[in-house]
This record gives sequence, C-alpha cells and structure tokens, in this order.
Amino acid sequence: MATARETARPPAATAAHPSFDVERVRQDFPILQERIHGRPLVYFDNAATSQKPRAVIEAERRFYENLCANVHRGVHWLSEHATQAYEDTRIKLQRFLNAADSREIIFVRGTTEAINLVASAYGRKNIQAGDEIIISGMEHHSNIVPWQMLCEEKGAYLKVAPVLDSGELDFEGFERLLNTRTRFVAMNHVSNVLGTINPAKRIVELAHQWNVPVLLDGAQAAPHLKVDVRALDCDFYTVSGHKLFAPTGIGALYGKTKWLEAMPPYQGGGDMIASVTFEKTTYNTIPYKFEAGTPNIAGTLGFSAAIDYLNDLKFESFAPYEHDLLVYATEAISRLDGVRIIGTAKEKAAVISFVMDNIHPHDVGTILDREGIAVRTGHHCAQPLMDRFNVPATTRASMAFYNTFEEVDALVKGIQGVKEFLG
Amino acid sequence: MSDLRDLYQEMILGHSKSPHNLRVMPEANRTAQGFNPLCGDKVKLYVKLEGDRIADLSFEGSGCAISTASASLLTDTLKGKTTAEADALFEEFHDLVTGKRQLDEAHNELGKLKVFAGVAEFPMRVKCATLVWHTLRSALSASQETVTTE
Repeated sequence: MATARETARPPAATAAHPSFDVERVRQDFPILQERIHGRPLVYFDNAATSQKPRAVIEAERRFYENLCANVHRGVHWLSEHATQAYEDTRIKLQRFLNAADSREIIFVRGTTEAINLVASAYGRKNIQAGDEIIISGMEHHSNIVPWQMLCEEKGAYLKVAPVLDSGELDFEGFERLLNTRTRFVAMNHVSNVLGTINPAKRIVELAHQWNVPVLLDGAQAAPHLKVDVRALDCDFYTVSGHKLFAPTGIGALYGKTKWLEAMPPYQGGGDMIASVTFEKTTYNTIPYKFEAGTPNIAGTLGFSAAIDYLNDLKFESFAPYEHDLLVYATEAISRLDGVRIIGTAKEKAAVISFVMDNIHPHDVGTILDREGIAVRTGHHCAQPLMDRFNVPATTRASMAFYNTFEEVDALVKGIQGVKEFLG
Repeated sequence: MSDLRDLYQEMILGHSKSPHNLRVMPEANRTAQGFNPLCGDKVKLYVKLEGDRIADLSFEGSGCAISTASASLLTDTLKGKTTAEADALFEEFHDLVTGKRQLDEAHNELGKLKVFAGVAEFPMRVKCATLVWHTLRSALSASQETVTTE
C-alpha cells in the first residue's frame, strides 16, 4: 500500500532524470560503500565537506607517485610537467567560473583564505577611517571576522544587511545601507545554513551603481549552481575545493584584473617576487604576486580532476535531480510534527536546516549517527544567524548529487526515531 | 540502539525533561556562565556559598539532554558539600566520562553521577557532560569568568 510519503516522491525518480544515473555516479565515490555503526553510510553533511570521487583521489596519488616536484622552479622534466599540470588547472578554473583571463584565478587554501586575502590586500589599501563595509546577516564567520578585523584596524564600520523570516536577504534593507561612505560589499552567494540562493547579480548591480566592488562567497554555491563570474559581474568570487569534490586545503579566488593588479601582495616569500635585494623587492605579476611559497600542488591536481568530473557529469544533468531531492526532502520533513525548517526561501540550494520541539540538535546528531546518517549539528559557524532565528543551533542535512530519495527516506525515518527515543 | 541507551540512560532522559533546580537564585553570592561554542549550549550557575560549604545551587540555560541532565544532577549532588568535596568529585566525574576510570572502579561518592559513565563511549559528547562542572569551578574561583569548552 502506498503511503503518503511514497506518493510524494516524484513518479519514478530516476525516470524523471533519464540523463542522470545516480547509482552509477555513486560507484565513483569509494566512501559511499562504507558502513558506519554497521549501517550503510548516509552522508548528508556535504555543506561541511563533500566526498571525493575516485578520479580525485587517484590524481593526488599520481602526483606523488609519478610527478612530484616543485612548480615554477626547476628546469628538470618533473618540475616542468608538474608546473604544466598546475597551470592547466588554473585555466580549467578560469573556464569553470567563466573568468576572462586565467591570471584572475589565485590558488588559495579555501574560501576562508580567499576572503582574508581580499580583506587584507584590498582592504588595507582602500579602506579608511569612517568607511563602511556591508555584509549580510546570513554570513559564515569567515565572511564576518576578516571584515571585522579590518574595520577595527582602520576605524571603519561594518554594516549588516538584514535577513527576512523566510531566510531571504532583505533586499530593500540592503539597499538602504548603501551610501557614499560604502566602500565594499561582501556576501555569500548561497547560505551554508539556510540554503538561500541570494540574488547575486542584483546585489552586484546595485553596489556598482555606488561604485562599490562586491565579493561573493561562493563556497556553497559552486557545488550546486553553474557560476559565471562575468555574467554576475562580481569583483571577487571565492570557492573551496573540498566542497567541490576536490581535496581539502585547496581553493580559488577570482578577482578582476584591475583590482588584483592594484592590490599589494598578501604574503611575502618565494614565487611572489620578480627580484629581491636587501634594499628592495620587486613583486611578481598576477596571479603569482598572491601565491607566496610552495603551493598545494597535489591538492591543485585533485582540484583539476574534480573540475573534469563535474564537467563530465554536467550541471544541467545533476542540478535538476538535486532540486527534486530538495523538494522531496523539504516536503517529507515539513510533514513531521514538532519539526520546523529554518530557511524557506523560494530559491534554495539542497540544504535543509531544522529544529525539533524540545530536542536539542546535538542529541539529534548523535542518534542519527548511530543509524549511519551523517548530519551537521550546531551553529554552523554562523552564530549571528542563529541569534536572528532565536535558536541555539540547528540540525542541517545538506545534499549532493550522489544522495538518493531512499536516503531521504532513511533520514525522515531517523528523525521519527529520534522523537520516539527521546520523546 | 543498545549503545544509545548506555548514553541516554533513563535517569538522564528524566532529568533532561524535568530538570531539578532550574531557577534563578537572587540570593546567590557566586555565579558564572558556561558556553559551548560548538553546539551553542549555555548554562548559568547560581551558588549560595556559606563559608566553604555550598548551601544552595541552581541553574538556568539551554542545552542538549546530556548537558541539561548533567546540570540537574550536579546541582542535586553538590548541595551541602564543601568546595573541596566538589573539586574532588569533579576530578572523579571527569575521569569517568573520559574513560580514564571504568564504572566498576568509580568512587562511590559519585552516587547518581555514575549514570554518565556511558559518555566515555561518545567522545564528542564529553564537553556536554562537563560544561556545567567547568562553570562551577569558575563560580567557586575568584574570577567567576565565563568559561567556554574551547
């Protein structure tokens, strides 16, 4: 007999996505075969970090087994080929983000470092006492603290665009904050807690009317949406490799050439110089000016493999599938008594935060874990947002294209189990 | 789910749903706040100290089942104890929940607090059980600073 939940599933989920074979895709991710506490792993913590396809793991291994050398240094074969592979990745990322020039791609450890780089290099030079920087109320700590530190150092002011009850940006509230003292806008493209997809293009357009450059934190957007930095016309864009199916410790900053060229270096060291004497150092050109020291070469080659993987899989193919997963999970979780979803924006990525009556997320997380279900519980590095919604913490299920409708069913059953266990 | 029952013992669930001593205490002469930034747990502890004896204890705050039950049972257990006895119990409690000491070697003074022995199998939850104890230590010290688990 069909239950209400079964009928809610899109009729023949796989048939609705003929070009997307989730079972085949799952074979590419070795960890999805793991069992946790004796149960099949159900991984719903993709917003914290995504799992890695075999091709990415192999690319890192191949670097160390066959290609290990430093880049931009040696004249020997290995160094030459490692350099080539490293620079090819820059071009792949340029195309992935649709940047105008590969020199606009800077390799960094991740989004946190990318934002710190901009706050430090752009901010130190361009922000002065009395200036204002606008962020939003739904930022991750990494898009709050670097700007707070900059404001403190310069005597500038941090202004926070409000968030509506739906979890959407209060666009008019943002508009009201812009004025002649505004010098910079930094906002996420997709919220890591709410899943809200922000109207990035409109944010940029509006800020540009005031001649204010915009940084978009794309850590949570790039795994779900096709990003086009030229269409967005943003000034800076950040991505974390590890959320994009690449290894940890590698990410990218996109910046428009005109800004990058005018910015002072971020860190001093090897690779970022043209010439050094004890009297004076001449800095290298972009992008190398911002890449001091030996980079994460293995991670970069893993990143390269991840981009290839995503290009082969095609956003057009997996994004609709992910969206149906989101809709299905949202409906199923909404139907549960005593469970409330935080973040109900019209435009959402596949992220669902929820709270349960009288049950703390920490207990939810521990009990689901025993069912093999990995979710994130806590404040998700967004304490101001928790305060905004007057909750100490949430439980967050964040999905990727390798998740299935059956896994959503397991989550829903798990949540019901939590209620029975603690109820 | 048997190992979950080791963590969420009936007594813990009971105290988390109906915590004892959950109230503001205006006559307290020592207070301190504890915060676990990882999960957002907050606790404020009120202590009425008479000499070196804990005459009364209460708390308020929000937290998970483990941290709420821990606060409830701590306030029950330590009423009437001296600060030195409280310190000694904290050491024993800490050894128990971190697995340094097994349940069968636990000191009898721990009494009902032994119900937290199952926490040792859940290392991510040790801070939930010990937050209120760290907060007590701060309340009893001169500083009375907010403590965090990080």
